[in-house]
Formats: sequence, C-alpha cells, structure tokens
Amino acid sequence: MTAALDVRGLTTRFDTRAGLVTAVNDISFSVEPGRILGLVGESGSGKSVTGFSILGLIDAPGEVAAGEIRVAGTELRGLAPAAMRRMRGSKVAMVFQDPMMTLNPVLRVGDQMAMAVRVHERMSKRAAWARARDALATVGIPAPEERLMAYPHQLSGGMRQRVAIATALLHRPGVIIADEPTTALDVSIQGQILAEIRRLADETGTAIVWITHDLAVVSSLADEICVMYAGRIVERGPAEAVIAAPRHPYTRGLLDSVPSGHAPGQPLPQIPGSTPQLANLPAGCPFRPRCPRATDLCRTTPPARGSDGREVLCHHPLEAA
Amino acid sequence: MSDTTLSEGGPVPVPSAPPAETRATRLRHFWDDYRRAPMAVAALGLVVLMLLLSFGAPLVAPQDPYDMAALDYADAFLRPGETGSGGYVHLLGTDNAGRDMLSAILYGLKTSFVIGLSAGALALALGISVGLTAAYFGSRVEALLMRVVDLQLSMPAILLALVLVAVLGQGVAQIVLALVVAQYAYFARTTHGAATAERRKDYIEAARSTPLPTHRVLLRHLLPNVMPPLIVVATVQVASAIALEATLSFLGVGLPLTEPSLGSLISNGFKYIHTDRTWLSIYPGVALMVTVVAINLVGDQVRTVLDPRNSR
Amino acid sequence: MTGFLLQRLMQAAAVIVAMSVIVFTGVFAIGNPIDVLIDPGADQAIRAKLIAQYGLDQPLWRQYFAFVGNVVRGDLGTSMVYNVPVVDLVFSRLPATLELVLVSVTIAAGIGIPAGIWAGYHPGSLSARAIMALSVLGFSVPTFWIGMLLIMTFAVQLGWLPSGGRGDLGQLLWFETSLATADGWSHVIMPAINLSLFKMGLMIRLSRAGMVEAMRTDYVRFARAQGLPDHQIVTRHVLRNISIPLVTVFGLELGSTLAFAVVTESVFNWPGVGKLIIDSILQLDRPVMVSYLVMVVVLFVLINLVVDLIYARLDPRVRLKGGA
Repeated sequence: MTAALDVRGLTTRFDTRAGLVTAVNDISFSVEPGRILGLVGESGSGKSVTGFSILGLIDAPGEVAAGEIRVAGTELRGLAPAAMRRMRGSKVAMVFQDPMMTLNPVLRVGDQMAMAVRVHERMSKRAAWARARDALATVGIPAPEERLMAYPHQLSGGMRQRVAIATALLHRPGVIIADEPTTALDVSIQGQILAEIRRLADETGTAIVWITHDLAVVSSLADEICVMYAGRIVERGPAEAVIAAPRHPYTRGLLDSVPSGHAPGQPLPQIPGSTPQLANLPAGCPFRPRCPRATDLCRTTPPARGSDGREVLCHHPLEAA
Repeated sequence: MSDTTLSEGGPVPVPSAPPAETRATRLRHFWDDYRRAPMAVAALGLVVLMLLLSFGAPLVAPQDPYDMAALDYADAFLRPGETGSGGYVHLLGTDNAGRDMLSAILYGLKTSFVIGLSAGALALALGISVGLTAAYFGSRVEALLMRVVDLQLSMPAILLALVLVAVLGQGVAQIVLALVVAQYAYFARTTHGAATAERRKDYIEAARSTPLPTHRVLLRHLLPNVMPPLIVVATVQVASAIALEATLSFLGVGLPLTEPSLGSLISNGFKYIHTDRTWLSIYPGVALMVTVVAINLVGDQVRTVLDPRNSR
Repeated sequence: MTGFLLQRLMQAAAVIVAMSVIVFTGVFAIGNPIDVLIDPGADQAIRAKLIAQYGLDQPLWRQYFAFVGNVVRGDLGTSMVYNVPVVDLVFSRLPATLELVLVSVTIAAGIGIPAGIWAGYHPGSLSARAIMALSVLGFSVPTFWIGMLLIMTFAVQLGWLPSGGRGDLGQLLWFETSLATADGWSHVIMPAINLSLFKMGLMIRLSRAGMVEAMRTDYVRFARAQGLPDHQIVTRHVLRNISIPLVTVFGLELGSTLAFAVVTESVFNWPGVGKLIIDSILQLDRPVMVSYLVMVVVLFVLINLVVDLIYARLDPRVRLKGGA
C-alpha cells in the first residue's frame, strides 16, 4: 500500500540576519491513508514549518533545502509552481491554528468556499455552493445554508474552525495537515472537533498530520507520534507505546509536565531551561543543556538515529519498559 | 511554560517595561539596521551637511543677505560664476537686489531649519501632552480631546496654516505657531494610538496598581513605549513643516524677502521663470527639494528599522 | 441603518456649527477690513458709515447670528473687493476647481493604486523600490516647486503646453467645461498632474502597505493552501480588504485635494476657488474668506459622512454594528 504522505530527509532553512537557520533538520515520517500522525513539539521546534514545507508554502528567505515529499506516490519537490498549486487543496490541504484569522472577514463563507471549489474543478457557481453546503454538513454544521450566507465574524470560533476543516475537505484530499486547529478553542468544542476528525479519517480514508504542542490531545487521537525538538524528530513510534513508555528524555519530560495523573498539591515537574535558539544550537545534542541524563559524549557528538521499531535520537535513551 | 515566580509565593514584583538592553547597545543595533540602506545613509549625511552649512552660514557664506547696506544694485542679476563689485565670484549668481544667491540660500536654509525644527519640537510636546492625557484619563476627556484631533486631521494642514497666518500676521514666531497648531494633531493621534495599545498591556496595569504617582506612570512607563512611532512622525513632520513654510512664503503670506527663507526666495524667482534668469528659482528650489526629500528618506528608514514586523 | 445615518447626521451638524463659530471668530480677529477697503485719506464720517453698512459696529455674537441667518437664506454676503455676492463669486469659480480636482484625483488613483499594489506584491524588487522612491518624491517635494519645474520644462523650455490659465470651454452633457476641448485639456493637464503627485504618493504607500499587510495574513495563506492562484488571491481576496482603507483615504483626500488646489491654482494662475481664497486672504476680503471656510467645512463633513457610509457597505463588521 502506498503511503498517503511520505516525507524523507526533509530539511528547511531560513536565511536570517543571525545566519542560516535550519528550522527543519532531516526529518522523515510517513502516514498511511486513514491514519493520524501527531507531530508534537514546543513552539519553535519546527513543526509548523514542516507543514508549510509539505505544501510548498515556504517563502523567501526560507527554502526547502533537501528531502523528498511524496503524496500518494507523487514527488512534490521539483514540481513546477503551477503543478504544485494544483496539488494544494486537491491532494493535500491544510487547516490553521486560529480560526479567527483564516477566513477573510469581508467575504461570505459561501463565496470563499466556492472559490476553493472552482479553482480545482470547472463547475457553475451554483454547483460550487451546493458542494460547499454538503461539505459543511459533513463536518456537522447545522443549517449549512445559513452559514454559507454568513460573514466569518457572525460565526463562533468553533464554527469557523469547522468551516475551515470543511474547506480543506472540499476536494477529498489524501492528506490534511492540521496545524494546532483546536488550540484556540474551548475545551468542550475541542473535544467535539477531535471526535469529528477521528470519524472523518476513518470514513474518508484521509491521512491527517496533526501538529500540536499538547501531548494530551495527541495521545487520544493519533495512531503514531513524532516528537520534534529543535528541528529534529527526537522520538517516533506508535502512539500508545510512546505515551506508555517514552524513550527520549525530552518526551519523558513533556509527559511528566502534563497535569493528569499527578498527586494534587504536588508541584508539576518541569523541563529546566527553555527552547534553544535555532541560530546558535549547542554542539553535540541540542537537548543536552536541559537533559538530566547528559554526559560528556552528548556535549561533543550529535546522537545518531537508532531504530528498534522506535526511532530515538539519543545517546542514552530510557530503557523500554 | 509556567512561570516560576508565581509558585514561589511572596510579593509579586511589578513587571517592568520590556526594554532590557542598555541605551548604548540599542543605539548600536539601531545604527546597524539603519545603515543597511545606502540611500538612507547618504540622506542622513546630506541632512547633517545641510544643518552644518546653514547654521554655519555666517562663517561660510560670502555675504550677509540681511545687511541691506552690503547690497549693491549694480550687482543685480549676475549670472552664476560672475564676479561682482565685492570682488568675489557669485557661484550661484545674484538676485534682482544684487543679493548673492548662495548666501541667501544658506541663510534661507537656516531660517527654514529653525522654523521646521522648532515647529516640530513644539508640536511634538503639545501632541504628546494631549495624546497622553487622553489615553491616561480615558472616558470624557479622551472622547473630547480626540474628537478635536480627528477633526483637525481631516482638515488639510496647508489650509489651517494659511488661515492662521492670515490671522496672526507675518513673521517667524507667527509661522511657527501656525505650523504647531496645524501639526500637533499628528503627534497627538500617534501618541494616543500607541498609548492606548500599551495601556491594555499588563505592565501598565501593574504599575497603576502600585502607589506610584500618575505622572510617573505616564512618563516612566508609557512614554518610552510610544517613542518609536513618534520619532518617525517627528522626522516626517519636520520635513513637512519646512515644506509648508516654503509654501506659505511662496503664496505671499509667509516671510518677507528681507528675511529670506527658501520659500520667499523661490517666490521671488518665480517672477522670472519666463525669462532666462532661471537661477533665481532653480537653486533655492533644489536646496528645498534636497532638504525635504533627504529628511523624508531618513524618516522612511527609521520607520522601517523601528517596525517590529520587519525584524527577522 | 437609519439609526446609524441619523446619528452621523447629528454629529455632522454639530461639527458644522462648532466650526462656523471658530472660523467666524478667527476671521473676525484678523483686523479691520475697512482699513483695506477705503482710501486712507477718507474722513471719519465715511468710515463710520461703511462700518455701519457692513454691520461691523455690532458685537461679535450679533454679527455671527446675522451671518448665520443670512447663510440659512442662502446669502453668504457680498465680496468687499469685487462687490458681487459671494455665492455668485464662488459658484463662478467652482467649475474650474472641480474639473482640475477630478482630473488629478483620477490620475492619482489610476496610477497610484496599481503601482502600490504591484510594489506590495513584489516587495524588495527593483521595480517596487523605484515606485517607492517616486512616492517619497511625490509627497515630500513641495507642490509649488514641482509646478514651477513643470512650467519651466514644458511651457518655457519646450513650449509644448501653456504655462497657465484655463483654456477654451465646451459643452459636455449639461456642463460647460474645458474638458470638452483640446485647448482645455492642454491647459488642465499640467496643473492636474502637479496636483495629483502628492495624492499619488499617498495612494502608492497606502495600497502597498495594505497589500504587504494582507499578503501576510492567515487568510491569504489559507487561500494559498487551497491552491488558489496568486492573481485570484489578489483580485478576489486582498483587493476587497485593502479597498476599505483606500476608500476612506480617497474620500478624505478628495477634500484635501480641493484645499491643495490653492497652491496649484496659484502657480498655474488657474481661475478656481483656491486662487480666490488666496486673493481674499491677501486682500482681507472677509465675507469671501468666511464663506469659503464654512463651505470647506461643510464639504469635509459631507465627504466624511459619505466615506462612513461606503465603509459600512464594504466592511460587513461595521454594517452589523451600526445597523440592525
């Protein structure tokens, strides 16, 4: 079976004033149709840049410097801009974090969605509106006709995010990249949308890359988890396994700082220090300054990728349980 | 992630305003960013040169154009490069009264700078006071003050200045006053805008909740944060004050020719544009244009450097 | 919508009243116009008679109410210099100014907006930088100086265009205008360009800023993520958004173009309202000054009102707040 999305050795750089910054550093993963991959990391870890790289939406001064990106077997890198544009929205779509910002405030929801329909398929305006209405119904929006006539500011945040998801679904793309789509929403709405996404992935066979900083969200949703740190994937494996027995000290730290399962009244453990600046990463392992298990080896040599069913980028991984 | 200061208990310190760098390093960073545009560096050099030349005019200029006794009608309309009765070369020629154009331009430039800078500074002070007062007190005071400011902003400055000069009469002080009234509103609007945005931030709230006196909150916390946009507006407004003064003088309501500003010199030259005595208007015009454009280019680059969205 | 409109109209009326008081008081302070009007050698009796004739012996507030009463009846007074009713004077000059402003605003928007959008779409490109440099020139170089350069170049040196004045008039629909004749156009084009440069610079900067801002927004990224081609993103998404500030400024600038016409009309000796106001200021022709200023205020308030209404049409968020 061909993977819906197969990323190999993806590297994205930005030419900034501080020098050449490698925001995404040689990462690889793949997602099967109907599966959900959780891409987890703190802000600045390169997870959003990964999403934009896949869609070919990295603007100067950034560029995708190396790697392969295959969507349903088609290599995206090296496609002419026009061909790449035709892939976007039809084969691979994206949903953004803040639903307040992703819809144009001065256009009706229906007009915006119809535009997205007609850019990939020749059809009348009326037919495009009908398609948009069906898409809204698919994501569980009541009275879709009225919603189409509304302007974005007349909808709630959760409703807008559903509109964005429906827009991403218009052409039944094989892959949807969801960049923290529930972060800006209330917890109750968040739960509804997560359930909706799970159902859609199962029913339509769309592969989903779910980008988030919240391990709790991914643990209930994703089939597989990639943990990113400073532009690299430091741990990758099946969701249950990663959650149950993290191998990388960073994943461990992330899990420990999730409030659930802790004795009340006890201070939460934290990962000491803060995310490193990509422009001047420490030599050796980038996590070394914050790592409880660091040794002199970590100071000098960057860890290589080890693999025993789980990929862990660490000299001293935690033992498998 | 979570903030360690909160869990430690004890008194919560008042969060201070963002600037953490020292003034010197900030200035160096500013300069590093600024000089990335060679045009803007050249413009800054020009402005400095013009300032030096004009304020050093008594030392540099061959003649004092205010000294009517030194003028000789026999020297009238000398072409650029001709030698007059004074025995020196008039590089830019002489005017209808035998005035050396180079000297007149340098002195005129000084008048223009004096008017532009003092009008700019006074308008800045007035604008800051109005803007901060409105932003700090809020409610009725704010509504009233900003209404007046908005009204003034919708009126073109030239019209306002024109009427004011007509009311106040001719003279440097009158023109400066007219320009201040015509321009303070830009500063007030900018200050108010920046201060309102700043007011919503937590550190102002925190500072207000401590027993610091009002004026200290305003001056120590709000003012530094509204300064960057004000610097930009100030540069542009100095240039526009110089241009406005020249326009008023050109229209005949500004300064008399016995007290030459660039505008009155050009206005005088305008009478001769149908003859071949074009040096009477071209040279002061070029001086005015170069000055105003150079200041604007400087302001443009300052704006670019100070715009946080342009830092990467 | 009616509530919104009513509220706006009341505000407008309040502004007009307030401004008329300020203008009247201000102009009153200028000095005694009688001194300008009559022969310095005239005796006290003639002087007193004239003062009484113009009502200048009355207290300020009474003069103001007399003025307002007259205005309501459509009488703006009589020019002290030309000795004709101000209304006639202004309306005889208005068509010349309006045609000048119309041509120049068309030039400013027609060139400035596309140029600004181009510069905002390709920021950092050579063409964008050239456009921006031009815009700096456009609104920093004083209008009167550019006007003089134009005259020196095209009228005096090249002899292609007349250096000033208004050309032959012709009939265009219901109006008598110089835009109907070739000679008229040869006269109007140079002052119109002169008057347009400042606005053009402004239009360029605004549309560029709006464009740059809009291209960074999430909804543009989202549109790109849907595979929309850039030309469609610009025409269908971005233009709609940046048209809001553009319309606002365009409207306000329409008013200030009328005011700036003062300078251009002086340089090109254009027989419009601007020239009239300059002359009246120089000659202390008080009724003309007051009437002109009050008319400008009314005009500004009207333009502001119209801009608000258009704004409400373009931005659905405002519509919701004001209406319902």
